[in-house]
Amino acid sequence: MESLVWLIPLLPLAGFALLLLGGRSLGEPNAGKLATAATGASFAVSVLVFVGLLLLDSHDRSFTFTLFSWVPSGSLSVDVGFLADPLSITMALFVTGVSTLIHIYSLGYMHGDRDFSKFFLYLNLFVFSMLILVLGDNMLLTFLGWEGVGACSYFLIAFWFEDEANATAGKKAFVTNRVGDFGFMTAIFWTFFAFGTLNYSEIFADAGSVSTTTASAIVLLLCLGAAGKSAQFPLYVWLPDAMAGPTPVSALIHAATMVTGGVYLLVRVNPLLAAADSWVPEMIAWVGLATAIIAALAAVAQMDIKKVLAYSTISQLGFMFVAIGVGAYTAAVFHMVTHAFFKALLFLGSGSVIHAMDGEQNMSRYGGLARLLPVTSITFGVGWLAIAGVPPFSGFWSKDEILAGAWNHNRLLWALLLFAAALTAFYMSRAVIMTFFGERRWGAGTADDSTAHHPDESQTAHSPGASAHVHPHNEPPALHPHESPPTMLLPLVSLALLAAVAGVINLPFVKDTHFLEKWLEPSLFHNEASLNFAGGTKWVLAGVAIVAGLVGIWLAVSIYLRKSMPASMVERDFFARAWRYDEAISAVAGGPGRKAFSALAFFDHKVIDGAVNMVGGAVQVSAKQLRRLQTGMVRSYALGIALGAVVLLVYFISRASF
Amino acid sequence: MGYLSSIFSGSATEGSLFASVSVPDDVSVGFPVLPALIVIPLLGALALLAIPASRSELLRPLALLFTTATAALSFWLIGAYEIGRNVELFQFVSHHEWISSLGISWHLGVDGISLFLVALCGLLFPVAIIALDPDHHPKSYYVWLLVLEAGCIGTFLALDLLLFFLFFEIVLVPMYFLIGKWGHDNARYAAVKFFLYTMLGSAIMLVGIVSLAFLHAAQPGNDLTFDLVEIASAQSLATTTARWIFLAFAVAFAVKVPLFPLHTWLPDAHTEAPTAGSVILAGVLLKLGTYGFLRFGLYLFPEASVYFAPLFLTLGVVGILYGAVVATMQRDLKRLVAYSSVAHLGFIVLGLFAVTTESLEGSVLQMVNHGLSTGALFLLVGFIYQRRHTREIAKLGGLQRSVPLMAGIFMLVMLSSIGLPGLNGFVGEFLILVGTFSAHRWWAVAATIGVILAAVYLLWAYQRVFHGGGAGWGSGTNAAGGVTAPSSADNAAMPDIRWREGVALAPILVLIVFLGIYPRPVLDRISPAVEDLVQHVETHVEGYDHPSVGEGITGVGEAQGDSHSETAAPPATGSHTPELP
Repeated sequence: MESLVWLIPLLPLAGFALLLLGGRSLGEPNAGKLATAATGASFAVSVLVFVGLLLLDSHDRSFTFTLFSWVPSGSLSVDVGFLADPLSITMALFVTGVSTLIHIYSLGYMHGDRDFSKFFLYLNLFVFSMLILVLGDNMLLTFLGWEGVGACSYFLIAFWFEDEANATAGKKAFVTNRVGDFGFMTAIFWTFFAFGTLNYSEIFADAGSVSTTTASAIVLLLCLGAAGKSAQFPLYVWLPDAMAGPTPVSALIHAATMVTGGVYLLVRVNPLLAAADSWVPEMIAWVGLATAIIAALAAVAQMDIKKVLAYSTISQLGFMFVAIGVGAYTAAVFHMVTHAFFKALLFLGSGSVIHAMDGEQNMSRYGGLARLLPVTSITFGVGWLAIAGVPPFSGFWSKDEILAGAWNHNRLLWALLLFAAALTAFYMSRAVIMTFFGERRWGAGTADDSTAHHPDESQTAHSPGASAHVHPHNEPPALHPHESPPTMLLPLVSLALLAAVAGVINLPFVKDTHFLEKWLEPSLFHNEASLNFAGGTKWVLAGVAIVAGLVGIWLAVSIYLRKSMPASMVERDFFARAWRYDEAISAVAGGPGRKAFSALAFFDHKVIDGAVNMVGGAVQVSAKQLRRLQTGMVRSYALGIALGAVVLLVYFISRASF
Repeated sequence: MGYLSSIFSGSATEGSLFASVSVPDDVSVGFPVLPALIVIPLLGALALLAIPASRSELLRPLALLFTTATAALSFWLIGAYEIGRNVELFQFVSHHEWISSLGISWHLGVDGISLFLVALCGLLFPVAIIALDPDHHPKSYYVWLLVLEAGCIGTFLALDLLLFFLFFEIVLVPMYFLIGKWGHDNARYAAVKFFLYTMLGSAIMLVGIVSLAFLHAAQPGNDLTFDLVEIASAQSLATTTARWIFLAFAVAFAVKVPLFPLHTWLPDAHTEAPTAGSVILAGVLLKLGTYGFLRFGLYLFPEASVYFAPLFLTLGVVGILYGAVVATMQRDLKRLVAYSSVAHLGFIVLGLFAVTTESLEGSVLQMVNHGLSTGALFLLVGFIYQRRHTREIAKLGGLQRSVPLMAGIFMLVMLSSIGLPGLNGFVGEFLILVGTFSAHRWWAVAATIGVILAAVYLLWAYQRVFHGGGAGWGSGTNAAGGVTAPSSADNAAMPDIRWREGVALAPILVLIVFLGIYPRPVLDRISPAVEDLVQHVETHVEGYDHPSVGEGITGVGEAQGDSHSETAAPPATGSHTPELP
């Protein structure tokens, strides 16, 4: 059954092609249904391939299916070939699964949009590209998927392109990712140079025999690429802005799937990481940690519910990077899967809230929605408990594995990561309380926000006229939050179930329940770091992690529900503006950067072209001077001839020897 | 069917009527395909001249007929070109005595390198004719276009130095008139600049050609000849002399490409030329320069090319980065596309002078790719100009709402130009960079930065032209109640792609996708010619060896940065392409 692997990406591609040809005439909802069916079928095939692999012996679980030769040139030979191994099929399963659910959700969410079918066209193209990314059997094919998802992300962030802010956000995402791609591309060149091939299995077979420097260089460059795609420091700036896209896009691309591409890539090349200098994975771990903390602190002070989730995604991806850095690859994949479930759930839940609140995204205008949106609030609650690390929800198990890996590697790393975990529990609790509990801060008469601490927000609150202009939804005539349609609730419920129980795929109790670890083993080539502490320590660590999560929740409850502490204590302006990092980059790019570009354009126009025109001018001027000799008057010519004759005569006479 | 499958499988056409055209001398068997490719457009020009002014409606169909016939023949050539072992590199050779006292002959031939450039010519001329009509003097417009086509194809096919020079120069005349007569406001300035600039370069090349032939003849045993193959295989010049003569050629090609800092004629000529002129200028004429570097640089002067490679690699990289930066700041959409050509051609030059199999194949492929994507971009800009009578980016905006189809097409072409994998631009760019990396690592790394910049200037331009158009767009008032620019109403009322514009673009769009996914039919035909060229360079350049990849895994030769320095060269493995590990 594993030979069906080529069908997995091809089905969404077929969906894309059909929508390209007839999407507009299919219209709503048939275009969406077609796209959903294509993705669903792809999920079904993924399950078949998964079962096929499962039936094989664990060391045989690697199957390559080559379609055709893509780029044959000189000693380079790159095929379009798909690799079905435990890692790629794990990815394919959750990518197609979550995608199908989000397609269903979008049927409701995008209802009435004038580009309804185009939205699904992009979604199918995205799913295709993502599957190429994870199933490609060589680096170049992975890069094709990598760029494909980037392009789809660009299309979908700028989906509502009439608004300049959305268009700018899309462009920013693409360009920032291209900075990462510089790393990925250079890594591909270097790999080909060092190994003479781009095929994963051939590279891994020789990974041990390249020099450490080569392996380190390749991994560092790949890491730059991964940092772009997976929104790690210093390239994470595009992800918060990417929230400009429709919410299903945020859930699918910017939370569950595409942004895990970098994590996938680094897990995939684990033999190269093993061959690199030890400071390289060390650096990956610390970059991940820095990202986790920076983003978590930024999330603490966000007022836009999607921005909270965006920074949370960056932070959670940081956790996965830490896992890779400490060699806990299984934990990274585990967290990637559980995160896909609970973060997609949270985004879709936030979409349901935004839908109910008529487009409002500012949490300071939410409150008390739990009773009005029962399904949304319960499912969102499950997602909250999962991400906060409350047992037995899925996030607890995966995060605990990462923390254990960090403890195993470096105690300071563990302590700081624990802090990030506590922050996670805090900011998510804050978001849940501000949205679903407390007093209603919406509807007529309740529009003045007592809880707005964001400087911009308080400004608008003080000048109602301006705020009505900026937020058209500020004081709607009558706001009646209502539960979303079934197409949106079904995915919420499904994801909530998954987010609740997904921990079972890798339970820590006994060796036999490490299903994921055993399953992934063939893809990890024994590069997984082994834990070198007693089983008892693991229980203590888990206990500490639970306490940290509870502290975070308790703090949020005290501040936002009981109001026993002022919110200004944590909602720092500095955090709300995300460390002013983005502003600084924009300032440099828009200031000196732009000036430098202009200066070069000026140089081209004035100096280089100026020189050309000067030469031309000089020729013209001298020609004009010379032209004066050609006056057209026969007498002056005659004079010239006479003078010349005289000169010649004098010359010959002087030379003559008598 | 058998014919088609031979294209896709890449196997040689067996039993073809033209299978035996490898006869080197005067006799060519069967129908003279290559002369026909030059003669058909010329006949078309003559036929058009004969049409009386009263029947001017016949001009376009007739021009289309002749260019389409040329196109069909050039596509047929791709299928009929044989690949595989034991076939001649130059096929369909047409070799006749011409001015035998001076050793000048009519010598045409096609190999995998010129094959696709000829086909590109064949494609772009009918496309340009379908897409847009001239706004005045249609007769002379089409006549000049047909003469131009004959000149371009002739340049790619000529295997005699003087014949090549003749075609190379002939091309200037119709282009000069096309720019000057049908161009925009500043057309005469641009036309004169174009003509003089390139003329100056070719004058120096003529000196080079003549001295090369006479110096070659001065060697014992050589006759006076201008035959490219003969002179190139003899390699009878002294090293220093050859370097000087190479430089004489290089100036002409560098202007034509154009290489930084000789590029400033290009933005003027491209911007002022009529749309068809820009399409041909970017699509075909610039390739005369890169093709020249390949055929009359690397092939004719392998040692000098390798010797001067660092200079040209640097100029290539500078062109990539500089062109991109300057493109970013352009206010005129057409000028922006013109500067993007400077960057793209920089990649091609980089690949040529890196002299590896991969980079050379990438360069040849990229010549075709650039012709397709930049040709299409100029067409699209032309369509916008035709509708809006402006190319100023600031006056456009929100077009994705009024012309969604055009926006989608622009997006596809733009992504090809950016080098998105899955589209044609990527394959060429990737091969150039991966090949260059194995020979000249840091140049490749610097050039890769250009990949970031390409996204910057094109996406920014796309955003300003196609995105936007929110509340109040086109109605004269914006959301804040203010009056929007009058241009907004024009943008909103813009009609989308018309059917004949779609017909013109369709083949390009299909190729953009096809060559991105399945470039093999092209690469399979380019590769024998390129491998032969690399072999030629290895034979004639002491100390040059094709850089080998996969050395890293044995732990030796890994930091082999400069492959043609004598110390770093690994022992030759017998085959010029190293074995896979």
